[in-house]
Amino acid sequence: MFVLAEGAAPLVDPASADGVFSLLWLVIALPLLGALLLLVGGPLLKGRLDRSGHLIGALLPVLSFVISLILFFALLGRDSGDRQVNQHLYTWFQAGGLKVGADLLYDPLSALFLLLITGVGSLIHIYSIGYMEHDPRRPRFFGYLNLFVAAMLILVLAGNYLGVFLGWEGVGLASYLLIGFWQHKHSAAAAAKKAFIVNRVGDIGLSLAVALFFATFGTTDFTTISSHASRASEGTMTALGLLLLLAACGKSAQVPLQSWLLDAMEGPTPVSALIHAATMVTAGVYLVVRSNFVFDYAPHARTVVVVVATVTLLYGAIIGCAKDDIKKVLAGSTMSQIGYMMLGAGLGVAGYPFAIFHLLTHGFFKANMFLGAGSVMHGMDDDVDMRHYGALQKAMPITFLTFAMGYLAIIGFPFFSGFWSKDKIIEAALTQNWFVGVLAMIGAGVTGFYMSRLMFMTFFTKARWEEGVHPHESPSVMTIPLMVLAALSVLGGLLLAGDWIVNFLEPVVGTAGHESPPIPALLISVIVVLIVAVGVAAAWYLVQQREVPREAPQDVSFATRAARAELYGNEVNDVLAVKPGGWLATGLSMFDRQGVDGVVEGTALGVGGTGSVLRLVQTGFVRSYALSLLIGTVIVVLALLAVNAA
Amino acid sequence: MTPYVVLSSILFTIGSVGVLTRRNAIVVFMCVELMLNSANLALVAFSKQNGNLDGQVTAFFVMVVAAAEVVVGLAIIMTIFRTRRSASVDDASLLKY
Repeated sequence: MFVLAEGAAPLVDPASADGVFSLLWLVIALPLLGALLLLVGGPLLKGRLDRSGHLIGALLPVLSFVISLILFFALLGRDSGDRQVNQHLYTWFQAGGLKVGADLLYDPLSALFLLLITGVGSLIHIYSIGYMEHDPRRPRFFGYLNLFVAAMLILVLAGNYLGVFLGWEGVGLASYLLIGFWQHKHSAAAAAKKAFIVNRVGDIGLSLAVALFFATFGTTDFTTISSHASRASEGTMTALGLLLLLAACGKSAQVPLQSWLLDAMEGPTPVSALIHAATMVTAGVYLVVRSNFVFDYAPHARTVVVVVATVTLLYGAIIGCAKDDIKKVLAGSTMSQIGYMMLGAGLGVAGYPFAIFHLLTHGFFKANMFLGAGSVMHGMDDDVDMRHYGALQKAMPITFLTFAMGYLAIIGFPFFSGFWSKDKIIEAALTQNWFVGVLAMIGAGVTGFYMSRLMFMTFFTKARWEEGVHPHESPSVMTIPLMVLAALSVLGGLLLAGDWIVNFLEPVVGTAGHESPPIPALLISVIVVLIVAVGVAAAWYLVQQREVPREAPQDVSFATRAARAELYGNEVNDVLAVKPGGWLATGLSMFDRQGVDGVVEGTALGVGGTGSVLRLVQTGFVRSYALSLLIGTVIVVLALLAVNAA
Repeated sequence: MTPYVVLSSILFTIGSVGVLTRRNAIVVFMCVELMLNSANLALVAFSKQNGNLDGQVTAFFVMVVAAAEVVVGLAIIMTIFRTRRSASVDDASLLKY
């Protein structure tokens, strides 16, 4: 289905870090220091960090961002040929011929991720100062946030797959801690566990992939693997590609491991923003793009990536249409947008740069909208039901305006950032396979519908507020990050100016041979915009023009019910994994209790029973003992006589 | 030779029947001594017939052991009698199931 493009898989061949690049380790170390200070130091200092903890926690990622910026400009100052820098920190471990170093790889791909993670991450930290103001455990929250950012930075900076694995697990841990941050709520604790366990399924893929890399190449360094990739058999590469895809499905919430993402909304809203924009879900896309030297030699694996991505982008969009919880609509849209990125990544060298481009613009507008949703919840006494919103554009003008920028970006309104990035992916998809391209276009239309529905229900229509709720604008510590992110949502498309991002990423992902789409690119853009317009119009007609009931109507079509139930993803998991797993566990426990314990206890019972019967012989009468002694002696004597006689 | 062995058998039988039937600890004790001495008699008789001293030496050992046994045994019987006011071996039946 997909052919290997010309000039694929450039080598990873970094130079040793010198000059300003020796600061690279600080990018990770600073947030890690914050996490240590707040999580270990905080309890040791017995609450002395309570008043300043959030400032420490917010300052360190900002410093990290400043260093990332310096490094980025230093990288831009180099020729595009030697924009790969390796910082060898120390030998992580060595066993026989196996040597794994703690290496950091800084190249255009990790440079962009560094800016996104530390930049958007810092804004979310600053926003959290206001959002978590009344939470008594705010320092700990910032400690977890710092840990999250540090783990994600390890993931994108690691120079070998084992380092990626370290960051990968760190991200999983931090997300678990943050989703379950309000662990006194049963639903939050359950959601955290669910996220952790579903991610674990994906982690199996990554750990097996790491093992297979060891077995095939004898190392997990990107450098060696990329130079030896052409010599490995296609079967091995396909297996590696599928294992990496499984890993990516877990972290990036792709079908069939998507179910944790909607439940993860139980965490505080800044956490959702962090998970959906800067960290966590982008890790899967990063993994696929970083492993381009694997996927370029595994066309079948790429086909599977494309199928998974296409299914997910529609799946998420359909869920988004029916949910009334504002955060869950956004979560569904994340799933769908990550589907677009995976689609781009699955298209191979023609799609990699656009996957990363969409990832960046999505990072801007999704962080913007999640923080905006947090701001709305802040003003509505933590109510998340959009049926209780309405007419908020007057009460919260700044939140409304910034949210609107994110909204226009995600639906792909012309010249906003999402317009450029989504368009490019659809165009690349159409070039390679018209069917996938058409499905991606339909997905864009559905996006237009559900995002407009959210917009109308929240900011327009009539006010349906609960009694005693007085919506108000959030403090400026929350609105300023919103404004920055809104500006980025509008202007993010500039990254594509003069194909900058494509050329910038070329040393990492290679260049595609130029292939024109079946119909002119301009026409594709026009068609996509028209489809989106239809979606928006449908939302306007169905939501804005009608009365929105305060309770969700129950007499709805099967399709709506299915979408509300997340297309029965949880039920499928229940039937395929949870129930059989439960049966297996019950069976094993039965076998242990009845079988293994039965043998042991049965032996004990038998010995005890025999003993209690034989005990009765001990009458305590000396004369009876003497009698038995005598009888025994007589028997022995008779036996001796019998033997002698014979 | 035969009369010695017959006498020894009779004495042993009397002794063992006494041990099995009598309740008084002192009598039981005496019967035990009777059995030991019947064995001594047999030993000495066989020793005489075989013409060596092994049996006689063994008889001396048995006597020494019997003397020691009497010392310990009588002390136990005395103590039991003091605490329980009875010398019946059936009464001292606490060590049962």
